[in-house]
Amino acid sequence: MTSLWGATWHDRGGRLGLLLLGVLTGMALFAPGFLPDPRAMPDISHGVLLPPGPAHLLGTDEHSRDVLARLVFGGRVSLAVALGAVTLSVTLGALIGVVAGYAGGVIDAGLMRCVDAALAIPRLFLLLIIVAIIERIPLGVLILTIGATGWFGTSRLVRSEVLRLRGMDFVRAAEALGASRRRVIARHLLPGVAGPLAAATTLAVGDVILLEAGLSFLGLGVQPPTPSWGGMIFEAKPYVVTAPWMSLAPGVAIALTVVAVSLVGDALSRSAGATRS
Amino acid sequence: MTSLLEVQDLRVRFPRGTGGITPVDGVSFTIERGEMLALVGESGAGKSLTGLALLRLVPPPGRIEPGSSIHLGDTDLLRLEGEALRQVRGRRIAMVFQDPMSSLNPVLTIGDQISETIQAHAEMSAREARGRAQSLLAEVGLGDGTSRYRSYPHQLSGGMRQRVMLAISLAAGPDLLIADEPTSALDVTVQAQILELLDRLRASHGLAVLLITHDLGVVAGRADRVAVMYAGRIVEEAPTAALFTGPAHPYTQGLLASLPRLRGPRRPLEPIAGTVPVPGQWPEGCRFHPRCPRVMPKCTMEPPLVRLEEQRTMRCWLGVTEG
Repeated sequence: MTSLWGATWHDRGGRLGLLLLGVLTGMALFAPGFLPDPRAMPDISHGVLLPPGPAHLLGTDEHSRDVLARLVFGGRVSLAVALGAVTLSVTLGALIGVVAGYAGGVIDAGLMRCVDAALAIPRLFLLLIIVAIIERIPLGVLILTIGATGWFGTSRLVRSEVLRLRGMDFVRAAEALGASRRRVIARHLLPGVAGPLAAATTLAVGDVILLEAGLSFLGLGVQPPTPSWGGMIFEAKPYVVTAPWMSLAPGVAIALTVVAVSLVGDALSRSAGATRS
Repeated sequence: MTSLLEVQDLRVRFPRGTGGITPVDGVSFTIERGEMLALVGESGAGKSLTGLALLRLVPPPGRIEPGSSIHLGDTDLLRLEGEALRQVRGRRIAMVFQDPMSSLNPVLTIGDQISETIQAHAEMSAREARGRAQSLLAEVGLGDGTSRYRSYPHQLSGGMRQRVMLAISLAAGPDLLIADEPTSALDVTVQAQILELLDRLRASHGLAVLLITHDLGVVAGRADRVAVMYAGRIVEEAPTAALFTGPAHPYTQGLLASLPRLRGPRRPLEPIAGTVPVPGQWPEGCRFHPRCPRVMPKCTMEPPLVRLEEQRTMRCWLGVTEG
């Protein structure tokens, strides 16, 4: 694994992606300390819809809140949703993929048909249905929902890798020498899956950020006054022409994050492919 | 006194379409404690599958047919399940595969892989297992054992890896080692070294060995007895010296005639005409008869198992005294 990340760092695109991600998460983690609390009562004296300037680097919104401060806080929320949901979906996907691939037979067929069925429904529709049922969805539930609908593809990927590995001589040799099922999975199968899984995970982060942005833009995701990138674009809708900085700032942030994440993901899958052969 | 391993009428079947195929079709043999039995035959004869069946590792959808029996001492291997079966694998029967390049996990150090097998079978602390692994590495001739402990498989040559595989297979102190073409993927000079090592380990650990090979040269002067397999069956079984000096079955004679000799008059090599039939297309009666130079009309009927002398059997009509 360490060599995998090392190889990614030595990949030009991968390094750019890692640096970008580092800056973005760093800002989300540390910048709020230096910025006004965006949830604080708006102070009209600051001025409404101010364009970017020395006092407000990215301007202010219709409630005279600092856009930069909201962007940074929103980044926290958006990144937290992505991280939480992806952790959940990757764990579920890996677990179910390994079980299906290693058990084979009826269990495999049953699980994979369920996955096929779930994949037949676009994820956004699935989410819209759930989100429509639960009004003013709490953040935790939103993370759970996004995570629980995201593991289908991962489980397929993991299953196919497990199928490839379990035919390998070293897995057969381990079985022939009396390694238990748990041991074969933990020591011989999961490490082999780690590379492709890391790549898929990283790319999934980009998907989830877009999904959350989409949901929040529809007013169904993160609920105001908690800022999120998608929500900020939603609130900026009436002012696209008069105050374009309000929607541009979160838009650029989303784009940068997704680009950074896919750069890292691509580099990871390149180096995973290279270390495999 | 029972034999260490007793295999009776072993059949392995793969369902396919209506009939299915039976690549191992009625194999019987025994192995005594400390004995080396060589299972010889061409590709597709069912040798490797026989080895895997002993460990109940027949790849699905294949299965061992009812009526087969495999006894290890007093244990009926075909009745074992789950944990009891796992306890047999490695601790009582170990297996070394053909390709040492792919039999080791590329992402774990060889030390870890030996320790893993030790700890799978014995209550031992990591430190104790490590010590035992190092002494095993030294025993198979990999330096003093400590320097190679942290090596990864890709840092070792093919021969060294096969040494590691032998160390792993000995880790839990088995009574029987199944060596499936252990030297076929190695250079000739390295082959000899590995076979010598195998001999030495057999003596020092009191191991019985089932040596599966297509190479009669590997067998000569090493195995105690040889069983020759053709098309899913054992066609001749004999003590090694007797087999080489006086092969009885036409197939064995053909195999030996196709080998070059170092001594004696030069003579052209005689290949056996035709090719090994694939499972499912085996002829009626004796399965060798379409290729046999001494074929008779009754060869289309099932040949009997004939006892030629003590420890020598053959499945051929030629052994039946004309009467």
